[in-house]
Amino acid sequence: MPESSKTVRQINFHIARYNPETDRAPYVKTYTIPVREGMTVLDGLHYIKDNLDASLAWRYSCRMGVCGSCGMMLNGHPTLACNTQILHIATTDLTVSPLPNFDIIRDLVPDLLTMFDKHRSLKPYIERADEAEINDPQGEFYQSPKELEAYLQFTYCIKCGCCMAACPTLATDARYLGPMPLAAAQRYNQDTRDDGRRDRNQLSGSAHGAFRCHYAGECSRACPKGVDPAKAIQILKRQLVLDYLHLSRRKKPCQKLHGPGQGKPLPNIPAAPAKTV
Amino acid sequence: MTEIQRHDNRLGIWGWLGGGRWGIERYAYILHRLTGLGTLCYFLMHIVVTSLRAWGIYPWVEGGFFHRPIFKFAEFLVFAAFAYHAFNGIRLVLVELGFAVGKPIEPVYPYKTSLNVQRPLLISMMILAAILLAAGGYEFLGLAK
Amino acid sequence: MRETKYWTWHMAAGVVILFLLGLHMLIMHVGGITHLFVPYGGEAVSKSNSLFRDGKLFFTVTYILFLGVALYHGLYGLRTILFELTLKPAAEKAITFVFLVVGLGLFGLGTWAAVVTHAIAIAGARG
Repeated sequence: MPESSKTVRQINFHIARYNPETDRAPYVKTYTIPVREGMTVLDGLHYIKDNLDASLAWRYSCRMGVCGSCGMMLNGHPTLACNTQILHIATTDLTVSPLPNFDIIRDLVPDLLTMFDKHRSLKPYIERADEAEINDPQGEFYQSPKELEAYLQFTYCIKCGCCMAACPTLATDARYLGPMPLAAAQRYNQDTRDDGRRDRNQLSGSAHGAFRCHYAGECSRACPKGVDPAKAIQILKRQLVLDYLHLSRRKKPCQKLHGPGQGKPLPNIPAAPAKTV
Repeated sequence: MTEIQRHDNRLGIWGWLGGGRWGIERYAYILHRLTGLGTLCYFLMHIVVTSLRAWGIYPWVEGGFFHRPIFKFAEFLVFAAFAYHAFNGIRLVLVELGFAVGKPIEPVYPYKTSLNVQRPLLISMMILAAILLAAGGYEFLGLAK
Repeated sequence: MRETKYWTWHMAAGVVILFLLGLHMLIMHVGGITHLFVPYGGEAVSKSNSLFRDGKLFFTVTYILFLGVALYHGLYGLRTILFELTLKPAAEKAITFVFLVVGLGLFGLGTWAAVVTHAIAIAGARG
């Protein structure tokens, strides 16, 4: 590590350890490490593994907040370890524990398979009647920037599980689908290329679907990418009610343009200059 | 693949309570549940007790069993629970039908979420609940004639 | 879609209760300020004031409506809380059935009491 920051502070990392082969329950082990300004919690964990305890286990990959692997509880808040500077959240002590509401596999590694199973059950892909076009595309689907804006925010999800850890319903209800799958369902429902909303409604409008959300808002507070799953779920509930009352407009999914570059341009768009190559 | 032993890490009922470091909306949700349960308990007893008037029994009038300070106070608590539950309920009806949460936007750090958008609604509902509670308290203390 | 139906009615019931329970509270608990429907003065819950309201068809009908709507809203809320405790599907079905029976039972009791008291109040007013 470059010797750029001069101040070094000793921070105590209280880490929840658990080895399923030897331990019956998680216990806390404390490591004291020198922390410089700019060090993230991920850097701290690497320091512990390299210098103090090589048996510490956790998930990480990109170290820049885009893969969603390093979600964990830091001082009681679920967030990404790579995105969090140690000195921003701790002065002397930092508590690190695995994401709650998931089973623990080992140390700081949660079992995210339940979240992925729920996600998959909500069919997080474009569903249309014209499957031949989906499988063997012959042209582009038209979608305006305004139509994109209606779901773009919910595409930023990196599946880190922080929202699932923060949700009070998931604390007791293991069958609740959770903010991430429901926000993903809404992302596809709002996509004008998709026609699978009524199919997804069967599950999202079920006993453990969107209606078990009570807008505690913790998911949106925890989300490290600003996806705002709470908003997605409330919009989803509105759509479910409109569909139940038969008040929603039957919209066809957006249609295919003739082929790349063959769409009709708008009248005020000037023609492209002649090719020079 | 052999079954790996896992440890159940769900927070349980503690995930509904405790913390002290959660957002105000989460505490609003907890209080909404508590006031709802309290009101329901009172309501189920209330149906049975008020049905007694069909037999000419009025235990809540002056001289009756329920005309005591402790029950009057309990009734005030029910009134307080209603005041909170009703105004928070108005907020929830608006929010959960997608009206007060704002439109999807491109997230730009520092992120502004739907929580920021509905915060003024939450504050105004709490102020209205406090006003109603004050009116009920005024009456309960026997100040209104 | 069954849960969507139940939830939509729960929200609608909440809005209806807002007005009915609001009126009930204004009469009963803020009556010292509002003095609504208390022709005999004194406490809003006195026997004479109660009989006055029970004798009015408006009150009898709204009491019955209020009872039904409030029972639905309250019992659905309790069902929601219980469903979030990770129960077996059989337990969930049982809870729904029990709440339906309890709700209908209490609705029956309250409706009968309201109708009987209405008859008593009218007879008392005439005789």
